[in-house]
Amino acid sequence: MAVTELSSLKRSKRKEIALAYFFLAPALAVFALFLFYPMLKSVYLSMTLTDPRGRVAEFVWFDNYKDLFLSEAFFHSLKITLYFVLLTVPTTILWSLLLAALTHNKLRGMKVFQFIFSLPIIISVGTGSIIWLLLFHPTAGMLNYFLSKIGVSAIPWLTDPSWALLSVSLMTVWMNMGFVYIVLLSGLQGIPDDIYESAKIDGAGPVRSFLQIVLPLLTPTLFFVLIVSIIGAFQAFGQINILTKGGPMNATNVVVFTIYQDAFINFRFGIGSAEALILFAIILALTVLQFAVLERKVHYQ
Amino acid sequence: MIRRASSFLLYLLLALLALAVLYPLIFTVFSSFMSEAEVSNFPPPLFPREPNFANYEKAIQTVPVLRFILNSFLVSTAIMLCQIVTSSMAAYAFSFLRFPGKHVLFFLFLSTMMIPWEVTIIPNYLSIKSWGWMDSYQGLIVPFMAGAFGVFLLRQFFLQLPHELFDAARIDGCGHLRNFVAIVLPLSRPALSTLGVYVFLNHWNSYLWPLLITNTPTMRTVQIGVGMLQFQEVNSWNMILAGITLVLLPSLFLLALGVKQLIRGITAGAVKG
Repeated sequence: MAVTELSSLKRSKRKEIALAYFFLAPALAVFALFLFYPMLKSVYLSMTLTDPRGRVAEFVWFDNYKDLFLSEAFFHSLKITLYFVLLTVPTTILWSLLLAALTHNKLRGMKVFQFIFSLPIIISVGTGSIIWLLLFHPTAGMLNYFLSKIGVSAIPWLTDPSWALLSVSLMTVWMNMGFVYIVLLSGLQGIPDDIYESAKIDGAGPVRSFLQIVLPLLTPTLFFVLIVSIIGAFQAFGQINILTKGGPMNATNVVVFTIYQDAFINFRFGIGSAEALILFAIILALTVLQFAVLERKVHYQ
Repeated sequence: MIRRASSFLLYLLLALLALAVLYPLIFTVFSSFMSEAEVSNFPPPLFPREPNFANYEKAIQTVPVLRFILNSFLVSTAIMLCQIVTSSMAAYAFSFLRFPGKHVLFFLFLSTMMIPWEVTIIPNYLSIKSWGWMDSYQGLIVPFMAGAFGVFLLRQFFLQLPHELFDAARIDGCGHLRNFVAIVLPLSRPALSTLGVYVFLNHWNSYLWPLLITNTPTMRTVQIGVGMLQFQEVNSWNMILAGITLVLLPSLFLLALGVKQLIRGITAGAVKG
């Protein structure tokens, strides 16, 4: 009796294990084929020279990396990427924070403004870039028309090397603000009402109570938005491919665009993989750094 | 009195800011209803004088916009359904089943979130090419049939479900398979739809992967397709903008349905730390 019970228990346990592996198998298969294997292959490819069809022609150890570290063009594209991150991330967060702070109150009609400021979330990189390509048009674009109305001469938005990165950043801030705004607004709404009330009773003005009381409570949300935005900015590609193709004179040639050009236009998959891994290392290091330095200042409740 | 004045100033400020944020979209939608003559004026009028759908007809006829929309719809829906199935299965195993190697496998799943697309995209492109999957639906769908994000989202949700329910069911002789299909999945409808909308939108908006692995116009997805409008007809902006308006409709629809709640749900776990 006891023996059969034990063996049936064993059987049901074995069944449970089999079921678990069966349930994990589909996801594992996809990860193995399209994440783990490519990750390893990328490391291998980065140490090779390939023919245009991606077949390895020669194993060159670290020569690709050596070439990249000696290449002025690659450092230029790293510099452009850094500028792009600095131009877009703080602007998007501050702008969205301002809008969230202004619309987080109980006045009538705020729902309408909240909807409008969330609206850019529907914009994808493909559609947003083309809308702005038309707005930026040097002669027929509406931006230059509005500028002419207030007496400012036409700006060569995408055609002048000193303007192009700013213009792409402007479009990027607009495209990303919907997401950041929604996250920050819901962060504000998560702060209990009595905190605002007690600040009011203490006689703190709206600006001071926001900076001294609300902002510290919002740091977890801000930290999340910062991490996600920085990673996203380092990986920007679509708007650059559509608006400027890295030009004029490489003024907007960010690292991901360089990878795209090397790997998929010039079919140099080895050097492209090396560039991708360097970018990955930079993003990873920055994320770890942010967790180490900033997270201590984040105020978790 | 001062109160009134300050809230009036706030409304004025917000109205100006809202206009600035909305302008690119106003421009898009209004121009898409204008005639060619109206658009070729400089500056074009703000409102279309006689709104008409001619641009939409033209966009549909000159470039296969409907085909792009169909492609994107098929691909995004297929990926969404596959991810719901694979993620809920894996999440069930991680939340309710006991098996050797659970922690290692969980860590392995976790680590996939750290692998960025720029590192995997070159080998994946070469794989797809060597399998002859360029310009095919399987090339657009299969690499994205599972995602660690969905597994975690659902696992968190499954673990919150009341455990008494399963214990009672198990005593009744209900096995894991039935427990999964008849109890856990129906109870998780909110989380499943959150995941579904999120995955659908992500792939509806995806740009680089379809750009790399599709070449023929009939396999293009919407995000690449609207880019092609630009190269085909330089002079008819209103047609391009009509195409863009069509492409924006599904996301707009989802925003109206409540993308906000969706993002709140997705970020809640990440923010609470």
